[in-house]
This record gives sequence, structure tokens and C-alpha cells, in this order.
Amino acid sequence: MATTSVPRVRVPAQAKAGDIIEIKTLISHDMESGQRKAADGKTIPRQIINKFSATFNGKTVFEADWYTSISANPYQSFFYKVKETGEFKFVWKDDNGSEYTAASKLTVA
Amino acid sequence: MASGDRFCSRRRALQLAFAASAGLILAPRFALADANAVADEIKKLYGDKKATDGKIKLDVPQIAENGLVVPVSIDVESPMSADDYVKAVHVFADGNPLPQVFSFRFTPECGKASASTRMRLAQTQNILCIAEMSNGTLYSAKAEVKVTIGGCGG
Amino acid sequence: MISRRQFLQATAAACALVTGSGMGSLGRVAAQQRLTQADITRFDPLGTVTILHVTDIHAHLKPIYFREPALNLGVGPEKGQPPHLTDQAFRDYFKIASGSADAYALTADDFVQLAKNYGKMGGMDRVATLLKAVRAERGDDKVLLLDGGDTWQGSWTSLKTEAADMVEVMEALKVDAMTSHWEFTLGEKRVKEIVEKSPIAFLAQNIRSKEWQEEVFPASKIFEKGGVKIAVIGQAMPRTAIANPNWMFPDWEFGLREDEMQKEVDKARAAGAAIVVLLSHNGVDTDKKMVSRVKGIDICLTAHTHDAMPGVLKVGDTAVICSGSHGKFVSRLDIEVKDRRVSGIRYKLMPVFSDAIAPDPAMSALIDKWRKPYEAELGRVVGHTQSLLYRRGNFNGTFDDLICQSMLSERDAEISISPGFRWGPNLLPGDPITFEAITNASAMTYPNCYRNQMTGEQLKLILEDVADNIFHPDPYFQGGGDMVRVGGLGYTIDVSKPVNQRISGLTHLKSGKPIEASKTYVVAGWASVNKDTQGPPIWEVIEKHVARIKTVNLTENTSVVVKGV
Repeated sequence: MATTSVPRVRVPAQAKAGDIIEIKTLISHDMESGQRKAADGKTIPRQIINKFSATFNGKTVFEADWYTSISANPYQSFFYKVKETGEFKFVWKDDNGSEYTAASKLTVA
Repeated sequence: MASGDRFCSRRRALQLAFAASAGLILAPRFALADANAVADEIKKLYGDKKATDGKIKLDVPQIAENGLVVPVSIDVESPMSADDYVKAVHVFADGNPLPQVFSFRFTPECGKASASTRMRLAQTQNILCIAEMSNGTLYSAKAEVKVTIGGCGG
Repeated sequence: MISRRQFLQATAAACALVTGSGMGSLGRVAAQQRLTQADITRFDPLGTVTILHVTDIHAHLKPIYFREPALNLGVGPEKGQPPHLTDQAFRDYFKIASGSADAYALTADDFVQLAKNYGKMGGMDRVATLLKAVRAERGDDKVLLLDGGDTWQGSWTSLKTEAADMVEVMEALKVDAMTSHWEFTLGEKRVKEIVEKSPIAFLAQNIRSKEWQEEVFPASKIFEKGGVKIAVIGQAMPRTAIANPNWMFPDWEFGLREDEMQKEVDKARAAGAAIVVLLSHNGVDTDKKMVSRVKGIDICLTAHTHDAMPGVLKVGDTAVICSGSHGKFVSRLDIEVKDRRVSGIRYKLMPVFSDAIAPDPAMSALIDKWRKPYEAELGRVVGHTQSLLYRRGNFNGTFDDLICQSMLSERDAEISISPGFRWGPNLLPGDPITFEAITNASAMTYPNCYRNQMTGEQLKLILEDVADNIFHPDPYFQGGGDMVRVGGLGYTIDVSKPVNQRISGLTHLKSGKPIEASKTYVVAGWASVNKDTQGPPIWEVIEKHVARIKTVNLTENTSVVVKGV
């Protein structure tokens, strides 16, 4: 990786119970497919983020498995049906074992 | 506009769709997946179980603006209640080096079975989507995405 | 010596054959031996709302000659349907007499003779006069003026001023809203800078920020005219990021976005709109398909493909309006509303005959102001033409032939390729070729004329790919425009075949030998969408060529054989 992976998320800070809100996430990552060769002819090893997951107050909301066809700097959006005040946690798992995380608070008005 | 070097570089960019940064040379052409490879992957997941058309809205552009970043959204019709929801959605591309693109796993917490991401497409090809409902029923949808050099006159 | 206006009035007398023409009363006017501004603006008003539409002006402030196409093939369900009608078929469909003012404005045959009789068309000072006349008749509070886009590009002054000339002119015309396509070739920053300052609403429901998929411009705006709420939804050219250099607007994504369009229509109705207008830059075929699938659009003001139709095209309950290009026409639509629904539409395509319309002095002064710093270079005579130089036609145009020949000779290439642009006015036989005339067909922000090596296989792939953008039977896969023009190369095209099976018989014209798939050829071209394309701007290449040969005299281009029509 040329740069450190930085996650960014867009979640409304406030919502009403029963609202279905959209969560948008982005993370900087090359998503190296393992199908390119460097100038020396050697294959550049695959290194992608292979899993994304979102939980709210510890409970799983949404998960995605990503393969090599996912674009660099992967984007993921999904929805959540608001129940209570709490916190989203987002986790991205890298092929190399690293985990990148982000969190976001939601207040039910 | 449709000019030659655009074309060549786009084709090359597409060949390079998985190899597009400086200091790297064009990889020899990798074998691309085909419809059979996609069928094999689905078989691995669900055996011989049949999927019916419907319930899924697979939203991809008719024509990709950039083969490296093609938006893909899916939206599956479902009440998303505790006992009737969409469990998983799998998307495949039959013209990429590997057929799998992504698998999404939904929960009733989502409120609706709708999600978006972005994918790389090496060439004009079919995108196939399978949705697994909580009762085990399978649905499918298919769409073609054209990868072109464009052509403009207006 | 008689003036152009006298001549125009005199020659109109020769056209007594005209029956009920599609342009309204011009046929009868001709019989009365006069063609005046009043005849052009004459309209039996209806309802309380008037919508005026101009589009694809391509920055032409001054009157021009512009020949409509002699060949405009439709494919699939659009075969033989308007706008895919030319010459006699067009005149038959719209009941226009040969030799009439309408025939001159709308069809291609006998163009040179008719151009001498009827003179140039367009000019923003004439357009201003027409708009003022309609506003005076109806009252400003009843009139909505909409611009379909491709307004800011196409002339030397718009290129040099980064469209400041066009923006000021369109603001002075009191345009209410616009949508866009070539505007984006000024780059993201300049477009934003103009839009932020301008009172003209810049609408586009189909552009999203790449990063977060958010709206970049407002999708729609609700206007109130004649006591009626009118929603205008903008649709930018859906393929801008493919057809034009997307590095100039790297953060924006386009596309058709049919579902979102339906949502906008529904939103507009919910907000109380009695009239829903789609101000589109999709192109006619794409718009016809879109309004057949999106429910609730009353009026679709189409653009992009430059078609001019002197009648309304009905698609289900939607009226599709085609207002032409280059300032040649202004469309007027009067709309009657009952119980918050459209109950009647009356339409006229007003032709802007520059010799029959008095220029608006304030607008003339504004145009002069913007042209003044460039007058010397614009007026520079480079050579002359003995041939009619025009752009439109599915496979070639004589102006394109000149451009292709310029590239072959000045860039020492075996083959040249030039985009099938539909913009760029005409020169008549005997006309001087000024620098302005050259830039009218070439002024753009990515003009570099490259010189590359390409294999025969690559050349064929280019032709196939572009052909599929024009002759794909599904309009949602069409890009608008015409086939890429070629110099030094001949080929056969079967428009009825699918992609990769249309093109055959590629021939290197100079040697008469077939193009070999694996052989490499030196190819010159321009308007590449690639960043950092090397080479002189195309207008320099054309100017050098014209200056050298002095007189342009083109023979008929027979290098493309068309099948499957």
C-alpha cells in the first residue's frame, strides 16, 4: 500500500425511530488484484480489503465480502432502520490481516 | 469523442483494468471468466437449486463511463421483517478475470435490502445477481454493461 | 443592386405552391409576396403560459448558414420516423413546398440556391427581437425561456472568453433555466464559477458527485407563470463523461438515471406543478424512449441531435419539441391548463431569418463588445471555397472532408480521423474562408491534432465502436452525433448489423490496397478525450492547409459505402 487506509463515513447524526437512513462509507485502498505484473515481470501479490461489516450497538446490520473486481478506494452504501440512540461501528478487513475501523454516533430525536 | 488514441488507450486501459498505475507493465492477458464460470460459482453456493427472475432491481449503467469504477446498486423487494428478509445477494461478472464481484449479507436491521458499491469491468459483459431470501428461495437478475470508447457529435 | 431583404420578399413570390406548412403561416405569407418579422412571430395565443425554447446554439452570436442533413438514418423502431426524415420525405411529412422558406430552413436539397435567396439564419440580436416580441405580446409574467444547452461552446470568442460572452448574452435574453453538455468541456471549476454567479438556473437531475453519489446541480426548479406552477427538470447529456474528456470534470458522474427522473416528476407533481417540462440534452431518440417509460412528463424539450421539427412529436401523452441548432430557430409553445392539468398545447417553430428580422440594438451592441477584441483575427481571410462546406450527414460532410485532408497533408499521415460533430455552420461556394469560419468548426478546449501509429485492427475497432454508438437499435445505447469521419480510408458499413459486424472492405485509398489488420498506419486525428494529447490545435492545421491550397474545391466523397438502410 502506497498510503495508509483512511475510512470515511456519512451517517446522519440524528434521526427518528422508524426512519430508514442511508449509510455511506469510503476507504482509501489500492485493492491490488493480484493480476498485475511489475516492471521486473513478477506478479504483484493480491492485497485487497475482503470484508466490510457494520454493527449498531454491537448487533450486526450489514456485511459485504469483496473480491478483486471491487474498485480501488471501495465505496459501500446500505440502509439502517432506526430504533434507538447508539453507535455504529464499521470494520474493514485487509488481506494482510490489518483491520481499519470507524465509528459514528446516532441520536434518536 | 471518438478518436483513435482514446480508443486504443481505453482498450488498453481496459486490458489494464487490473494494472493501471505507473511503473507497471501490461500483464499478459489473463484468462477471463465466462458464463460457465459464473454458473459454477452459483452451484458452489446453492447446488442445483433454481432461481426465478424477479424481486431484484439490479442497477448498473447501460454504458460504463470508466471501466475501473462502475457503480452497481441492488434493491430487493422484501418486508425485511424478522421472519421474512433478504439474507444475501451475490453479484458476478462473466467477463472479468474472476467471476465473483461481491456478496452482501443483509439483516432485518437494514429496513430495506438495498446497497451500492463500485466495480471494475474489463470489457462489455453481463452482470448476474442472485438473491437468497430468509426462507431459502432464490431470485436472479441480469444486466449488460457496455464498455465503449464513446462517440459524440452533438 | 437590390438588398437581401427586397430579394427575399421578391423571391418569396415564387413559392406560391405552399399549402398548409408546418411552420404555420409562412406558406401563405410567401404567396402574399412578403416575409416579415410579423409573419414569423404571428401566433394565435392559447392559455396563460408560453414556453420559449432555444438549444444547441453552439455560441453563434452572428447569423450563419446551416444546412440540415441530407442523410439522417434511424434504426430499429425509429427507421423512417421523424426526425429521421430528410428532403422530400421531410417536406411530405410536414407538408412543406419545395423552394419555400420552410424548405430552405429545414431540408438540404437545393440548399445553395435557396441560401442565396433567403440569406443567413440566426444571430442572437435577431433572437432577442423575437423573444422581446413574444414577451411584449404575452407579458413577461406568462413567458418562460428555456435553453437546452450546448450554448457555451462553438466559437472563437466563446473559447477565448471561457464562455463569458455567451453567459452575458443568455442572461440578457433572460433565460430562466438551462441544461448542458459541451458546457462541461470548460472544466468543472469554470462551470461551477459561472453557475454560482448566474441567475440562470443550471439544472441536471443526472449528475452525481463520484465520491458520495450526491446531487451536483439542482435537478429541477418550479416556476410560476400565468398563475400556473411549471416544474422544469434538467437532464444533461447522459454520456458526457464518455463522449468528452472526463478528466476535465473528474468528480462528476453522468448517466440516464431513469428511475431518478421518475422520482423528480412525482416530486414535481406532489409540489403542485400543473405542467412538468423535461429540459433535456438526451437527443431525440433517447428522449422518445425515456418519455415513453417515465410517466407524467407533459413536455419534453429535446436537444443534442440538432433536429428541427416544425410540429410536435407525440409520445403517449408527452409532446416532444425539437428546436434545431445554431440559433436558427426559436420554439414557442402556448399551454392551456384546466384543473391543474395541461388541456391544450399550441406550437410554432419560429425560423430566425436574419434578413427578415430587425436586430435588437442592445443585443447587437453586446455582441459587438465581445467580438471587438478578436475582430482582426476573426476576419482574416485564409482562402476561398468553391464548394459548399457543411457538417451534417451520417457519414461525411464537406467541411469534415476539408479537415481530414488538412490533417493528411499537414501532419503527413496516411489516414486521418475526425469526430462526427454536428456543430459548425456552412460556407457557400465562392465564400472566403476566414479564420472565424475555420474556428466555427473547430473551436474547443481539447483541439490538439495528434499523429499516431495504429494497426488496421485498431482502425476497424474504432469504426465498429463508433458505429455502434450511432446505429445501436436501442436508443439508450446511442450517443448522438454522426459517424467518425475518415480521410485516406474507405469502408463499407451495413447499419442493420450488430456491433463488430457492420464494417467491412477497409481500403487505403492512396494505394488502393486493403487495410491489413496487423499492419501499422500513420494516423492523424483531433479532439482526443485523452489528457496531454500532443500536437498543434486543429485550427492551425486547417489554416495552414487552406493557406497553402488557397482554393478549396472538393469532389464528391464516395469512400463510404452504406448498406442495410
